[in-house]
Amino acid sequence: MDMNQYLNMFIDESNDHLQSLNEKMLQLESSPTDLGIVQVIFRSAHTLKGMAATMGFEDLASLTHQMENVLDLVRNNKLAMQEFIFDTFFKGLDALESMVQNITEGGDGKADVSSIVASLQSIVRGDFQKSHTDAVTEAVTPKKAADSESEGLVLDQFQYSVLEQSISEGHRVYYIQVTISSESQLKAARAFMVFNTLENSGEIVKAYPSVQDIEQEKFEQNFSLYYITQKEVGELEKEIAGISEIESVSVVQLDQESLKQMSEVKAGLAETAAVQEAQVAVQQQTAASQPQSPTAASGAKPADGKAQVAKPAAPTHNRTIRVDIERLDVLMNLFSELLIDRVRLEQLASEASNPALTETVEHMSRVSSDLQNVVLKLRMVPVDTVFNRFPRMVRDLAKSLDKKLDLVITGADTEMDRTVIDEIGDPLVHLLRNSVDHGIESVETRIAAGKPETGTVHLRAFHSGNNVFIEIEDDGSGINREKVLKSAISKGIMTEEQAAAMSDEEAHQVLFAPGFSTAEVISDVSGRGVGLDVVKSKITSLGGNVTIHSVLGKGTNFSVQLPLTLSIIAAMMIQIGSEKYAIPLSSIVETAIVKRTQIRSVHGNKMIAFRESHIPLISLSQLFEVPDFNEDEEEETEVVVIRKGDRLAALSVQDFLGQSEIVLKNLGKYLPNIQGISGATILGDGQVALIIDPNVFIK
Amino acid sequence: MGEEIKVIVFKLGEEEYGVEVEKVQSIERMVPITRVPRTYDFVKGVFNMRGVVIPVIDLRGRFGLSEAEYTDQTRIIIVAVGEMQVGFIVDSANDVIDLNTDNIETPPEVVGGVKAKYLRGVAKIGEERLLIMLNLSEVLNRSEMNQLEGLED
Repeated sequence: MDMNQYLNMFIDESNDHLQSLNEKMLQLESSPTDLGIVQVIFRSAHTLKGMAATMGFEDLASLTHQMENVLDLVRNNKLAMQEFIFDTFFKGLDALESMVQNITEGGDGKADVSSIVASLQSIVRGDFQKSHTDAVTEAVTPKKAADSESEGLVLDQFQYSVLEQSISEGHRVYYIQVTISSESQLKAARAFMVFNTLENSGEIVKAYPSVQDIEQEKFEQNFSLYYITQKEVGELEKEIAGISEIESVSVVQLDQESLKQMSEVKAGLAETAAVQEAQVAVQQQTAASQPQSPTAASGAKPADGKAQVAKPAAPTHNRTIRVDIERLDVLMNLFSELLIDRVRLEQLASEASNPALTETVEHMSRVSSDLQNVVLKLRMVPVDTVFNRFPRMVRDLAKSLDKKLDLVITGADTEMDRTVIDEIGDPLVHLLRNSVDHGIESVETRIAAGKPETGTVHLRAFHSGNNVFIEIEDDGSGINREKVLKSAISKGIMTEEQAAAMSDEEAHQVLFAPGFSTAEVISDVSGRGVGLDVVKSKITSLGGNVTIHSVLGKGTNFSVQLPLTLSIIAAMMIQIGSEKYAIPLSSIVETAIVKRTQIRSVHGNKMIAFRESHIPLISLSQLFEVPDFNEDEEEETEVVVIRKGDRLAALSVQDFLGQSEIVLKNLGKYLPNIQGISGATILGDGQVALIIDPNVFIK
Repeated sequence: MGEEIKVIVFKLGEEEYGVEVEKVQSIERMVPITRVPRTYDFVKGVFNMRGVVIPVIDLRGRFGLSEAEYTDQTRIIIVAVGEMQVGFIVDSANDVIDLNTDNIETPPEVVGGVKAKYLRGVAKIGEERLLIMLNLSEVLNRSEMNQLEGLED
């Protein structure tokens, strides 16, 4: 069977499952005893395994299988989640993610995951505890020994697998309960006789109480055991009942299923207590040895529902279908064709002045504008698709920085155009890292400042007008104006006089200056030379803006304003000779007309006076080598003043054609990146106009 | 035995060229083309094909031949190789023929001035006609164009 047709579906669904696994693991980390979450994780992992196996991605399937084994123990209460297991799981998820990524890129999804598999296997065998958390085992063992009856049924993994093996090899496995008469004076002897009889024809795998305890008569009337033999039930019963002073005997034959159930149910009962004990022990232990490190990101309060992103993932059946974004693009293209024809029809109708025709064309116009709205909305996706990777990222970050913090996400269902979503991830990662690293203080500092030791970072998204706002707010240390300015002066970004004259707002904006960083110590996270200036220029290139509001000691708020969509932008249409170009309105400061006498020459560059300063004048016709226009002959020149950050420049053009909403198109794969051209759009007459990228004109 | 392929035949000057029909998306009459500044001379610009902006190159220019005036016969052949869509301006295009791949021979060193690497081979049709099969991926090879990307103003 050709699997290729299912590949895309597989990739999409795998990513969904991985995402949900990540989210659920984070939730579980904040409430490790919630077996409901474990069930969900188990199901997700199971589905993933199945899909991977079907598609023939063996490594993926086998890693998921190992994870499933661990989860199985957890959901059956045989294993308590703890830090080592979480870490191993997250490593496993990362590995799975990169495998799926590899498959997405056309690879075979193979990867060396032996160390993770080894860790997972050691978790299943239980020996990871010996090396990693001796204290836990110690805490659990005495408890077990002291515990009452039911615990005798707990099989360890080895015993369980021996029994399972025996069943599959065709031996009979029995669970035998023996009650010795209460009158018996020699319980131990009677028990010994039972054991003796049994051992003649088979093997006792596990007895409760333990054989030693029984020998020392440390039991009431009952004992039970798992037994492997070839004998029949009736035969056994007869033999045991034949021993004197045996009050009753019950022999139950086990198959694999019932063995599993028995060990699960009873072990569950028995271990819940032990597990909880163990967890307390773990927490106390970690708390004692390294106060700052525990289940970091989401904090340790399971009650207030950490991952606010994931609205309780109720299994509501999504009434949606997946559509390849390229198909939407095709739809959009066809639609813009329709719009062009509409313009043409309107023109023809007005020439023909036939009332019936005019009416029909008007109706068609209305329908097509409604249709336009619908088509545009199809491209909208919730910001969730970007946000969903942040909880995990923040968790890891907080862990590596030894900080405690909650990430609170609101408005994850806010929708934006796919084109913006695709671009906004990196800047947001940067801002979040900044908040976690520079914003939130260490636990000691927070306590000293009288703040709760767990910091909070809010990530919010909301609509406002034609914009989407994304805010990242922390309750950390805030921006130290003096420190920022001092650093800026020492880096030569400004003079002391300039610094002194700055408002707080302006001082905060300095953070976005190129080459600026207040990080005194280069940490894992920041100080690697990529500053907030990159964030700023990325957001600006998306037609957005970013502002900072900060109160020293209270926290910082980064507010990112973004356009709803990138596929339609407002632009100024200009003409140079016979050519038409579009300049995005977002980078235009104003338009003006300058006389030839106002143009100065500085070092051979043309400059014009603009608001008490001189800005460079760039000739578009020369830059683009327009064949049929030369402004040198003009007495007056139309200019468009453009802005990149704080810097300005003027572009000279021939004529302004006015403002219009344009649909962005790319120039196709064949053409190289052309400096100064960011794309193209299709005009009402069906012709293509190029879109100017003003950013490259300002160095 | 080679396989039978269908080939679109077009003309540059007196030469007849062929390109596999499955690589051809459509053949358009000459349309208004928007010039794209700061690229190769043979890149004539871009045009709007049903909502998709497609670059157009003059195939004569690409092969280093002298460019010709556009006439009623001039066509734009839209070809697609991988994710690239490009329009070729050719003098005329008016034939589809069946060809056996066995009949395609390695091109001689010089064919009408076109560099051999752009050619897949030469096919003989009947007694008279010679058809030059294009090696599209070489024609659309961007490696020689990449040097343009570093272009400073």
